[in-house]
Amino acid sequence: MLRLPAFEFRPVRSVEDAAALLSEYGSDALPVAGGTDLYANMKLGLFTPRVVVGLRSIAELRRMHFDPAHGLRLGALCSLDSIARDPAVLLHYPALATAAAMVGTPEIRSMGTIGGNLCLETRCTYYNQSADWRKALGYCLKRDGDLCRVALHSPTCKAINASDTAPVMQAYDARISLVGPHGARVVAARDFFSNDGAHATVRQSDEILAEIALPPPPRGARSSYRKLRLRNAFDFPLLGVAVAVATNEAGACTQARVLLGAVGSAPIEVEGAGALLLGSHFAAATLADAAEEVFRAGKPLENANASLLYRKRMLRVLAQRALEDVAAPLR
Amino acid sequence: MSAAPSKMLATLNVNGRDVTLAFLPHATLLEVLREELRLTGTKHGCELGQCGACTVLVDGAPVLSCLTLAADTIDRPITSVEGIAVADALHPVQRAFLDLGAAQCGYCTPGFIVAAVHLLERTTSPSETEIREALAGHLCRCTGYTKIVEAVALAGQRMRATTHG
Repeated sequence: MLRLPAFEFRPVRSVEDAAALLSEYGSDALPVAGGTDLYANMKLGLFTPRVVVGLRSIAELRRMHFDPAHGLRLGALCSLDSIARDPAVLLHYPALATAAAMVGTPEIRSMGTIGGNLCLETRCTYYNQSADWRKALGYCLKRDGDLCRVALHSPTCKAINASDTAPVMQAYDARISLVGPHGARVVAARDFFSNDGAHATVRQSDEILAEIALPPPPRGARSSYRKLRLRNAFDFPLLGVAVAVATNEAGACTQARVLLGAVGSAPIEVEGAGALLLGSHFAAATLADAAEEVFRAGKPLENANASLLYRKRMLRVLAQRALEDVAAPLR
Repeated sequence: MSAAPSKMLATLNVNGRDVTLAFLPHATLLEVLREELRLTGTKHGCELGQCGACTVLVDGAPVLSCLTLAADTIDRPITSVEGIAVADALHPVQRAFLDLGAAQCGYCTPGFIVAAVHLLERTTSPSETEIREALAGHLCRCTGYTKIVEAVALAGQRMRATTHG
């Protein structure tokens, strides 16, 4: 039977108390919100904290508020299910609603939080295995060992960021608030994810992800998220493509961001694809060029449960579909 | 290694009753339900959140009890499959599973029942797609999904008839 390793559970009611505890125990403590990722990883022996700080009862982090002037503010403890169903999110940030609705299963979405999904541990076909499995074959760079087992000559860990909401947050240019024992700081989503499999984000061990702020939707905003997975019922992404655009009165593209999830250790922006869309009227040929650019520039790490060639080819397909999603109502 | 952790004493609200008991701070709700309270209707499946066999309701929402700390459910109403029937009367979902033979080995059944009850609390006329999506986190290794989906639809039908009849 898989049981959790022993730890002390310390539920808190405020962000300050959480940061103080995390600071006191340093690397011996980990914060937990929904627990769907952390507890599963702990059962596999990937984390063995002495203290687990329970964030669930911090009421202020459950708030969700939208207004057209300031945009959307999401407390980190908002469940993925509540985000996927929220009328303002569905209307103004549809790619976020889609991505949240595609995480895990109904149970996982009702337990799992947006903060947790953004801090999701990077995943790897080698690392996400039982302790006995990893012990038998030898440990790896990400945990207990000194070499990467999926890319033997890599000096860094090549685990994949498999968060569905991460590329979407970057496409919307979200801002992420982190609160530590010495105060708060705000980090742009594009700077929040570190492209190093061993450390999914720049969050320090004594910091709490408190809130996510999404800017108001620009004029003519359209967005989409497309996901590739082995089982549509329930799976981490093999690929994710998030597209967010804005248009002027004439219907020309004034802003475009194309982000890839589950390709690297962080979401990857394909700036060339965004540049092709700028100024365009989303003609079929433009979309095809942009999808081709995604195919050319996207370099999936060979570290997921599908072949590299398949994922590479599907990048073009997924990008084309996401681009058509945003273009269709504009044509 | 530090000394063996000691149990904590706490009150959980399980199936409408407050029970005060001792459990380890790192015990999952699944372990406490089965091993301390002897409520063995909730099943151990994968224990990693991939199969849905251990699903119970906490605060009225379906959660995976294998990935929930018992210590994190204090002051929150918990409903396990044992709390789904009202007194001796089976819930319409249970009745429909029985009538249609929607269980083969039965191991996944408690999880399916709890998830289906939660779905029908929100809508008694779900489409087949809605039923399949609500049950997406539940694996039946006997692969008897068709009967299960039919049973949930039938339970919804009967609940509508009762409400409007």
